[in-house]
Amino acid sequence: MKLYCLSGHPTLPCNVLKFKSTTIMLDCGLDMTSTLNFLPLPLVQSPRLSNLPGWSLKDGSVFLDKELKECSGHVFVDSVPEFCLPETELIDLSTVDVILISNYHCMMALPYITEHTGFTGTVYATEPTVQIGRLLMEELVNFIERVPKAQSASLWKNKDVQRLLPSPLKDAVEVTTWRRCYTMQEVNSALSKIQLVGYSQKIELFGAVQVTPLSSGYALGSSNWIIQSHYEKVSYVSGSSLLTTHPQPMDQASLKNSDVLLLTGLTQIPTANPDGMVGEFCSNLALTVRNGGNVLVPCYPSGVIYDLLECLYQYIDSAGLSSIPFYFISPVANSSLEFSQIFAEWLCHNKQSKVYLPEPPFPHAELIQTNKLKHYPSIHGDFSNDFRQPCVVFTGHPSLRCGDVVHFMELWGKSSLNTVIFTEPDFSYLEALAPYQPLAMKCVYCPIDTRLNFIQVSKLLKEVQPLHVVCPEQYTQPPPAQSHRMDLMIDCQPPAMSYRRAEVLALPFKRRYEKIEIMPEPPPRPTQPTSSKKRKRVSEDVPDCKVLKPLLSGSIPVEQFVQTLEKHGFSDIKVEDTAKGHIVLLQEAETLIQLEEDSTHIICDNDETLRVRLRDLVLKFLQKF
Amino acid sequence: MPEIRVTPLGAGQDVGRSCILVSIAGKNVMLDCGMHMGYNDDRRFPDFSYITQSGRLTDFLDCVIISHFHLDHCGALPYFSEMVGYDGPIYMTHPTQAICPILLEDYRKIAVDKKGEANFFTSQMIKDCMKKVVAVHLHQTVQVDDELEIKAYYAGHVLGAAMFQIKVGSESVVYTGDYNMTPDRHLGAAWIDKCRPNLLITESTYATTIRDSKRCRERDFLKKVHETVERGGKVLIPVFALGRAQELCILLETFWERMNLKVPIYFSTGLTEKANHYYKLFITWTNQKIRKTFVQRNMFEFKHIKAFDRAFADNPGPMVVFATPGMLHAGQSLQIFRKWAGNEKNMVIMPGYCVQGTVGHKILSGQRKLEMEGRQVLEVKMQVEYMSFSAHADAKGIMQLVGQAEPESVLLVHGEAKKMEFLRQKIEQEFRVSCYMPANGETVTLPTSPSIPVGISLGLLKREMAQGLLPEAKKPRLLHGTLIMKDSSFRLVSSEQALKELGLTEHQLRFTCRVHLQDTRKEQETALRVYSHLKNTLKDHCVQHLPDGSVTVESILIQAAAHSEDPGTKVLLVSWTYQDEELGSFLTALLKNGLPQAPS
Repeated sequence: MKLYCLSGHPTLPCNVLKFKSTTIMLDCGLDMTSTLNFLPLPLVQSPRLSNLPGWSLKDGSVFLDKELKECSGHVFVDSVPEFCLPETELIDLSTVDVILISNYHCMMALPYITEHTGFTGTVYATEPTVQIGRLLMEELVNFIERVPKAQSASLWKNKDVQRLLPSPLKDAVEVTTWRRCYTMQEVNSALSKIQLVGYSQKIELFGAVQVTPLSSGYALGSSNWIIQSHYEKVSYVSGSSLLTTHPQPMDQASLKNSDVLLLTGLTQIPTANPDGMVGEFCSNLALTVRNGGNVLVPCYPSGVIYDLLECLYQYIDSAGLSSIPFYFISPVANSSLEFSQIFAEWLCHNKQSKVYLPEPPFPHAELIQTNKLKHYPSIHGDFSNDFRQPCVVFTGHPSLRCGDVVHFMELWGKSSLNTVIFTEPDFSYLEALAPYQPLAMKCVYCPIDTRLNFIQVSKLLKEVQPLHVVCPEQYTQPPPAQSHRMDLMIDCQPPAMSYRRAEVLALPFKRRYEKIEIMPEPPPRPTQPTSSKKRKRVSEDVPDCKVLKPLLSGSIPVEQFVQTLEKHGFSDIKVEDTAKGHIVLLQEAETLIQLEEDSTHIICDNDETLRVRLRDLVLKFLQKF
Repeated sequence: MPEIRVTPLGAGQDVGRSCILVSIAGKNVMLDCGMHMGYNDDRRFPDFSYITQSGRLTDFLDCVIISHFHLDHCGALPYFSEMVGYDGPIYMTHPTQAICPILLEDYRKIAVDKKGEANFFTSQMIKDCMKKVVAVHLHQTVQVDDELEIKAYYAGHVLGAAMFQIKVGSESVVYTGDYNMTPDRHLGAAWIDKCRPNLLITESTYATTIRDSKRCRERDFLKKVHETVERGGKVLIPVFALGRAQELCILLETFWERMNLKVPIYFSTGLTEKANHYYKLFITWTNQKIRKTFVQRNMFEFKHIKAFDRAFADNPGPMVVFATPGMLHAGQSLQIFRKWAGNEKNMVIMPGYCVQGTVGHKILSGQRKLEMEGRQVLEVKMQVEYMSFSAHADAKGIMQLVGQAEPESVLLVHGEAKKMEFLRQKIEQEFRVSCYMPANGETVTLPTSPSIPVGISLGLLKREMAQGLLPEAKKPRLLHGTLIMKDSSFRLVSSEQALKELGLTEHQLRFTCRVHLQDTRKEQETALRVYSHLKNTLKDHCVQHLPDGSVTVESILIQAAAHSEDPGTKVLLVSWTYQDEELGSFLTALLKNGLPQAPS
């Protein structure tokens, strides 16, 4: 049993498990932090971004000035943003039988895998995961295709050139695997390979392995997976949450009795408390708006935004913000808001019971009805007519490298009245802001990551007691910036096995049993085929020594044995004691039987009838196995 | 002998009051708990005293499963759980759980408020009953207890309708509830995988009908409605608030839009808007097309269809009214019917099945003079049309489902005896499986042969494999091992391991036989002769001549010794253990025949 680790990003995993002759890919995360090295894609012609100086090497050579631009004291790649793909060379991906998706954030690399590696298998995911995953991909493709950029940059990726570049470009890893975004056509083709599954559905793979998704409590339709045969069980925990937000609570009980628990997708901000962050978010938002400033919230079009809108729904009236417009701008804003209302079965109990009334589960329906929340596909069109300030804008992309957010950064960055509030934990906010510096705008960092923290993990592991834990290496040591915090790592016994990108782990499995079915009664013995053509040779009569006879156990009490012999017609029996037992002599039959605690030895003449008689009498005292 | 037993308490050779008891591997499951629309007395509910005369139902039943929200499948539920008394789990899908209590409350109101029935279940009982419900997802495997598991499949028919697989070990039963094998305007088609149950219990409402294409029926329906309103008539369409109503509304709405018609369409009950809301929120249960387009245009937001007021019925001029209930047995649809029945310009369209005893059934069977309460006779002059829009599978659809699931046997319920008989023969002929159609209270018993799964130790399995023969799928194979049964787990291990696990030591049984040979040569030479003889004879065995002069064949030891009295005789001592008995006794027999003359 082997684990091929194709991604080093702990929250955007991509691993391949070889388990009982099936090849299972666990998630397909796409590391998008690579985009931070690229210049933002402005929706509206930006004089600042279009007139940046090309970058030249210290020795004055300028051969890179088309590819690299200097902006705000940093060097950025001036081309279409590229993403860091999972490893595609470590294992032949065309041999992957199935891909299991745990949540919509962990499927963003799917088109690269299903469309370009010869993959012919099936992908399994829940319905909300697929629908919202589609929205995330659609938004990404839209953001990138909306700003056509002919230029592609590859010179800088040359190892010898990259060495000469300033940080962080110099330290960028796996640059050769970086790829441009896929097209909508590839997205559709990839998604068509998905088969929908429900929580606790048992899916048989080739009769050898059974996989089951379980609620993970992190997002709509998010799942952990059980991969098991009859006697081995692997739990794949990815992006789970124990907090009460909108999704169905996490199913912990079903993770018990695992041989191996693969643990990924823990919180990226272990020191921040999500509830506290939401409070800070609300108060910063209110403060800015009251002072006449605008608030920009770079975000994904689904997920935490539902919880933020729900908080604001409860908060805006008491905070006196009821006249402030809230804008949600994304090509998939409408779809995201609509889809959130139709997945009642995947929601927490509270929201589910609302649907029974019947009422929409999320209060943003009411915000839309009362015109407090408006949504637009982009800043072009209707939005420009309706746009009023001060306002609050939710829009993507959280990397600040593409999407409508780029426009708002350019528009509002120069005024200290405005605030940008970072809630998504996927990108370092300082790196995200780098090409916009210097900024007058206030920047607030309120990362909301509801995934498990280390305290919750250690409680979970105590609860479900896996024999072995496997996790990304980042979780086996404290975060580099807080190396003294020994509490910010996984602590379990035996110590967790760690993996890093491009590693292959042999999982510690001891397979001891296999399932078979037995018949209530043995079948009739097959009759010996009588060979008709050739005459039988002696050797054909030789019994097959492979027919196993049972083992024997027990001991033979000498008095009872002698009595039995007498009862069966043996006379003239003499018993002698020896050091270890007895010798029974049948003088008439010239036979000697040695009886010891754990052995019996019958020594007789070559008289098969006699031998068989004695054998049967001995066997009466013994148990067969 | 293990067996599966099935007893319908309702819906046996009948439509209405669905309630079927299934016993499988010692587990008792009740499928549906419906009421009968055709009766107002005791016969309207199943006879639960059949389940147990004394003692609580909870002790006897492991669970109750409700297939969908129609009252003939869930109408007796509060009576069963709260008045007779059942506290175990009741399983149904989320939409069924949402809608079921509303229809029950509706039913209760008509029975108690309108008809003044006493001793009926109360609103509180409906609420208490619903608290016992556990909602299930499609395809989720629900573990009722350690052994019993159930799984829901999409059934079409109405929003949230499901078929259920009930499984214990390797034995299983599938109950279809009501289903539809062709997608309609708002729902998808039923689907099940090749789950090969021991028994498939299927509805058979349309056992003999092969319905023409849906499109034809729709065109027919629209034509009739259109003609009637064109000549100024009123059209009454009795429906149940949820289900067919939404399909026909979508149909009329798009037709009105296309033809730019202005004649008003009304929906009679306040439930409509609520009903449509349920469809919007549970849109994942509707068909592909509606699900795909719902963001742009929600099909359940109607522009032309408005709420009905009782006073509208007397308005002059044409109109189309959807009114509940669907079989004209009570409520608003019956009231409107009485008002309009006398005018031959009007039309009533029955879009679904009507149970015997209802007004709907009477007019459909051609009766034109109806005796109403108070000895009044109502003469029906309006046109009566029947259009099968109810979403049941027709004969073709039923055969299709049987083909999909590949059951070992089939049992028909929810249909009329005569029609069932026809379908029964057809199924037996085509699929060569036995098909049953028990009446209410009649029990069908099916013997089963469950397989016994055991865990085989890998060591033993590998030893088997080492013998060169790979296990062949589906073919029985003989192998020796010890079965250890402990804490309800069965493990097959090698005998050595079994002894070790049980803390026992092996008892070795050894035989040594003396074989006398006429041979004057020395013992060593005799041994050598034995060796070469055996080596020649036993080509497939490992025959060895050891340095100490003894000969081994596999693990059998042969030593040559001098005879104590006769120097011309040598004694061969052949020694083997009980496990090598066959070979040992073969060798002694072989050696007894003497050795071939040595080449001199």
